[in-house]
Amino acid sequence: MIDPGFFLEIFPKLVAGLPLTLKLCGISVLLGFVLAVVLALAQQSENAFFVWPIRAFVSVFRGTPLLVQIFLIYYGLGQFRPNLQALGLWWLFREPFWCAIIALTLNTAAYSSEILRGAIRNVPRGLPEAASALGLSRLLTLRLVVLPLALRQALPAYGNEIILIVKGTSLASIITLTEVTGLAQELISQTYRAMEVFVAAGAIYLLINFIIVRALELLEIKLTPYRKR
Amino acid sequence: MTQRRMAAIAAAFMTLVSAPFATAAELPKEIKIATEGAYAPWNFVNSDGKLDGFEIDLANDLCARTKIKCTIIAQNWDGLIPSLQVGKFDVIMAAMFITPKRMETIDFTQPYAIDPTAIGVAKSSDLGKQGPSTEKIKLEDEKAAQAAIDKMKPALKGKVIGVQSGTQLLAFVKKYFGDVAEVREYKTTEQHDLDLAAGRIDAVVVQQTNLAAIFAKPEFADYTAAGPGFVGGILGMGTGAGMRKEDTALKTAFNKAIDEAIADGTIKRLSEKWFHADVTPVK
Amino acid sequence: MFEKIHLLGFGAGGWGALLLEAAGITLLLSALGFAVGAVFGGVAAAGKLSSSKVSRVIASTYGTVFRGVPDLLSIYLFYYGGSVALTSIARLFGATGFVGLPTLATGVVTIGFISGAYQSEVYRGAYLAVDKGQFDAAKALALTRIQMLRLVIVPQLLRHAIPGLGNVWQLVLKDSALISVIGLVELMRQAQIGAGSTREPFLFYLAAAALYYTIAAVTDLFFSRAEANASRGIVHR
Repeated sequence: MIDPGFFLEIFPKLVAGLPLTLKLCGISVLLGFVLAVVLALAQQSENAFFVWPIRAFVSVFRGTPLLVQIFLIYYGLGQFRPNLQALGLWWLFREPFWCAIIALTLNTAAYSSEILRGAIRNVPRGLPEAASALGLSRLLTLRLVVLPLALRQALPAYGNEIILIVKGTSLASIITLTEVTGLAQELISQTYRAMEVFVAAGAIYLLINFIIVRALELLEIKLTPYRKR
Repeated sequence: MTQRRMAAIAAAFMTLVSAPFATAAELPKEIKIATEGAYAPWNFVNSDGKLDGFEIDLANDLCARTKIKCTIIAQNWDGLIPSLQVGKFDVIMAAMFITPKRMETIDFTQPYAIDPTAIGVAKSSDLGKQGPSTEKIKLEDEKAAQAAIDKMKPALKGKVIGVQSGTQLLAFVKKYFGDVAEVREYKTTEQHDLDLAAGRIDAVVVQQTNLAAIFAKPEFADYTAAGPGFVGGILGMGTGAGMRKEDTALKTAFNKAIDEAIADGTIKRLSEKWFHADVTPVK
Repeated sequence: MFEKIHLLGFGAGGWGALLLEAAGITLLLSALGFAVGAVFGGVAAAGKLSSSKVSRVIASTYGTVFRGVPDLLSIYLFYYGGSVALTSIARLFGATGFVGLPTLATGVVTIGFISGAYQSEVYRGAYLAVDKGQFDAAKALALTRIQMLRLVIVPQLLRHAIPGLGNVWQLVLKDSALISVIGLVELMRQAQIGAGSTREPFLFYLAAAALYYTIAAVTDLFFSRAEANASRGIVHR
């Protein structure tokens, strides 16, 4: 059933989409992480003026499909070209690439900020108390004590989130970006050999995931030197 | 497990999924016709959410002539040929061009329409200033085709052309303009229309009838067709109904019905109703 | 934009009824997909916990693959590959002609397969969370293996599984939007049709987002109720 010649033929074609997949994923994970930290910290304040809009943003982006978000940002905002041009933002929304990045970034920021918020909450209360007893300012306590501990604790859950974003990049194919899944779909509709193309494209994604999981494991070991395994 | 038990389970399983289709050379009494439903005015979903258009009317006419009960369904363009092959439906009528490549996998009736390509651009663009031409150019006539293409090429240099994926139009654009312009592929033509209106792309390539319908809408007042229409060659031999190769009786019946519909002017009438132009194939 | 809001209404030229109907299809697709996924997930969890190495390898490969590759890719596999596979299986049994699944069934099976991979993890975790003493106690009461599972283990297992299942359900609901790419007219597809027909994409995708959000919120409430219900009388430490 499996024909090695066919694999050799389709594999390079699929790999051609890999740089785009990695770019989409890399940029949105980086931007999304920064945004998530900001959102999680902003929610530490008791100011409802901050907290309420962030909660709403997080809830909407977690409660609706990524595909709807991408379509809303790409086709939906495309309707408001004059307004976007007036704001000087059209160059961004003109490109399907940046629309995909915006959607993926906002999506991952919403999920990751919740992961971080939970991790910050789980930092034992005594630690920041001890830090302030030592005379550290609130900001320093956050930077030197709370955040490092929270980030380390959030690592496994955050790893899963990165994998979800890798999977999410496939939706970019629906707004004209031919990354790995887009190429796979094209190949399947040309050759009708769904199984072989699935296996080849799936292997690429599993490899990416494997590398991410391993890298995060190494990072976790590095961050917890006292916890020998 | 005994063989008999296995066969029984298999039989039960198959009735569960769907009854096997009759594929013999006899004429079926009931068929499913698939269209895309996103290519006005050939086939589209109207404001009541129902399928409508030239091909819907024509399909109903052909079914009446062949006395077959037809159900018309909408299906994604990408999935039309594979789904036909596995029997999800029996006929494709979705403004599909008859081409040798497609005929390797499926069969077609004779063409029921011939409609040239058109390029749609902003009136203010370089190509828009050239304006439309009523000329029809056969791609087989390589000299004339090349001359027409060369005239348009400089104006499309560095521009972005939107075209539906998996179509002959895409093959046409890639072959003749792929070296100077960026080609962007869309799942439906409606999506590239939205992007043309949004200014994300500079041109779309569709059929003349489709372009006329798009540009009739107010938001496209500043857009125009440009250059001559192209037919033949890589674009195929007109628009026909796709069928499985083994359904020969159905093909014969449809061919006969198309003959009649051409002869008594039905196709001309429907074509004028939907396109305000005549796309009847000339024999 | 808002002068066009009548497009979402229920009067003439309004898409309200069509969108609501499509939201019903989304709910149906998700619910059936989730149920099919419970079967796949249960079997795979049993495989992962089995003493047979072959079962363990198969079950964990299934989990890794369908949780690791994009769901869109899995959908293409089932959409294009499913009918071909069914037809060749049917031919093995001597059938002629074609066997095809209706689009809804293809969607249900696909979502079932993907969510089964996630559910298997939930069930496995829940099984392991059941106190070992419960097994011993059941044995001491001389219950048969079936009785033990039915009366003692499964009720407790479900309690541990409910929060995880709630998460998988939310995932399924959002995944169902991807089934639009194979042409099933669920909520996302109907919104696309409306956006194309009226050229008001922002309005239609916003409406779709609102409907998804509502379904997600309402069903989430249901899972929280179930969770509260299942942990009656449990002392939280």
